[in-house]
Amino acid sequence: MSSLTMSKAISQAIMEEMERDPNIIVFGEEVAAAGGTYGATQGLYDHFGPERVRDTPISEGVIVGAAVGAAMNGLRPIAEIMGINFAFLAMDQIVNHAAKMHSMFGGQFRVPLVIRTTSGGGRQLAATHSQTPDVIFAHFPGLKVVAPSTPADAKGLLKSSIRTDDPVFFIEHATMYSERGEVPDDKDFLLPIGKSDVKRPGKDVTIVTYSKMVSISLKAAQQLADEGIDAEVIDLRSLRPLDMDPIYESFKKTNRAVIVEEGWRSFGIGSEVASRIYEECFDYVDAPIQRLAQKEAPLPYNAELERSATPNPNDVIAAVKAVL
Amino acid sequence: MPELIPMPKLGFDMTEGTLVRKVKKEGDAVNKGEVLAEIETDKATVEVEAYIGGVVKGWLVEEGQHVPIGTPMAVIAAADEKVDMDALRAKSGGAAKPTTPAPKPDTATPSPTPPPSVSSPIGDGQGTPAAASPLARKIAGDAGVDIRQIPGTGPGGRITKKDVEAFLSAKPAAAAPSRTAAPAVTTFVAGPAPEDQTIPLTRLRQIIAKRMTESKQTAPQFYVTAEVDMAAAMELRQQINTLLPDERKVSVNDLVVKATALALRAFPNLNASFAGDKVIRKGHVNVGIAVTVEGGLLTVVVKDTDQKPLAQIAAEAKAMAGRAREGKVQGADIEGSTFSTSNLGMYGVDNFIAIVNPPEAGILAFGAVRETPVVKDGALVVGVRMKVTVSADHRVTDGAEAAQFLQAVKKNLEEPLRLLV
Repeated sequence: MSSLTMSKAISQAIMEEMERDPNIIVFGEEVAAAGGTYGATQGLYDHFGPERVRDTPISEGVIVGAAVGAAMNGLRPIAEIMGINFAFLAMDQIVNHAAKMHSMFGGQFRVPLVIRTTSGGGRQLAATHSQTPDVIFAHFPGLKVVAPSTPADAKGLLKSSIRTDDPVFFIEHATMYSERGEVPDDKDFLLPIGKSDVKRPGKDVTIVTYSKMVSISLKAAQQLADEGIDAEVIDLRSLRPLDMDPIYESFKKTNRAVIVEEGWRSFGIGSEVASRIYEECFDYVDAPIQRLAQKEAPLPYNAELERSATPNPNDVIAAVKAVL
Repeated sequence: MPELIPMPKLGFDMTEGTLVRKVKKEGDAVNKGEVLAEIETDKATVEVEAYIGGVVKGWLVEEGQHVPIGTPMAVIAAADEKVDMDALRAKSGGAAKPTTPAPKPDTATPSPTPPPSVSSPIGDGQGTPAAASPLARKIAGDAGVDIRQIPGTGPGGRITKKDVEAFLSAKPAAAAPSRTAAPAVTTFVAGPAPEDQTIPLTRLRQIIAKRMTESKQTAPQFYVTAEVDMAAAMELRQQINTLLPDERKVSVNDLVVKATALALRAFPNLNASFAGDKVIRKGHVNVGIAVTVEGGLLTVVVKDTDQKPLAQIAAEAKAMAGRAREGKVQGADIEGSTFSTSNLGMYGVDNFIAIVNPPEAGILAFGAVRETPVVKDGALVVGVRMKVTVSADHRVTDGAEAAQFLQAVKKNLEEPLRLLV
């Protein structure tokens, strides 16, 4: 075990995988000599050289398009999109190419591609650069969508994403790169994609969340514990596949749930998770499920307004109390 | 602040009232002191005034509904004030919904007070669907409990798991059949039993429950039993009945009623009512006769029983009992009794004790007339006997007096010509 930042855990995962498999290449904006906007590709260029680590023009369509082609032809590219808001520029390549090549051509092609990107607000980047549209990418069958909440999960999930033969949309949170955690040193430390993780066991209420909202929810759970409320916090870890079994199991025990996401509420992850709970656990529902999400407005630039629009631990506590 | 106008307490013994008419409708402005509603108590229809001014935001009780005193009936608030009526209704729900609306009294018809309906239940047995979580419904369903019985404490009064569990744990756990190891015998295996049924109280049942509870809780009662030689009375009855057509025949009941009435005239403390700091001795002797009707019993009353000839008592009692059984009893049939009688002789009952019917001071219970071995002049002979038991209110009378009263009843029956003169 080593204490690593999220950023270091990610670069370590890539480094280890590139050592293991010479077909893995990395490209994106400023990922080479500069080491990535968030330092997540630091050291790769020096170690593997320009053949395997290269900068691209500022064109997301080109980045993902080239990555899909390379993947179809035997390479295993890790493409970086600097921010998820720019992924909209590569939407056709992501949802119509990466996600569909395998099924549309009768299984002749695999697309072993990882698109790494950053999501979330909290850095005063204003409405267009602060969105959390993760759920949009989870809408499309054929694309796996992974979003870790800890450095260890980031390493284990990224390594699995690199090794899987399907395209993976890997969402890192823009404000979490410097967060530290214990990370296994094992070069084959893999976490399965599509397994939710109980981050904190509890018996009174089930909090379902992922990515940065996991730490927010855990903070809330800690404060709730002081009041004698025992919250279970479940980290989805991937939005597609969505692993509901641990959630059903938890809900059958607690009968109450709060779903916390950073993105907007309408048509969101909370809607999907709540709906599945109602379908599978109807006779176990003891209170209407609460969905906590970002206020339904473009995220403001003003720091105070931005903070107030995004769920914080007090919001989680209030939502929990609303179901108890 | 919105003000809740409760069902007022308008008399010492008023416990509930019926909302007869909403004089001010939802949305109407009302001044302090203006008539808001008409309510009906046991005794009268009364106007209720608003004790604050404002706008009637809504009614929590429907016309015809009768509710306990203190139950919020209406909400008055300032014109621009927002009032969450749903929340208020949910909050007052527990108290406001014990019964569904009774038929509105028809004030246009100058008929006497409509008799309580004896056959139609007051509740429809349905009630409003309770707000309950699916889990609460499932647990209650599995336990065979009607969810509507369970008070909800969740948001908006919703019944949740906690409420059902509290309700179930408050009920004594069904005793598990415990068996000691016995020699190999066929063990009884319980088959599927019919589910428990919840039967809403009819108006009549409610009244009986209320009055009998009131009697046992407020009137200290004692009981005195005597045996009556009915040989002469039975013979007299036979003679009388040879003179009368079938439909006018005199029953044992009529004989006992007349004998009781004559004894009451002699013992005014048994023909009385306890009234706090005084006893009211009734001028009339009106003997009530308990009649079994569907779902309960009614007491029909022969007015001035002590003065009426036996044949008239028989005719009146028969007519009133018939009306009672058909559910067509008239107000006058069941009003004004000063003492009651109850007869279970037709069921072969030997002797039993009745509960005093307040505000009366006593009730006479009697069983079957039967042939029985008796010792007469040192020899065993066949006698004809009937047992009578008086239940009496000890606040009004005492054991010795009640015993003397019974002696008088006994004497009237054993020397039955007294019933005819």
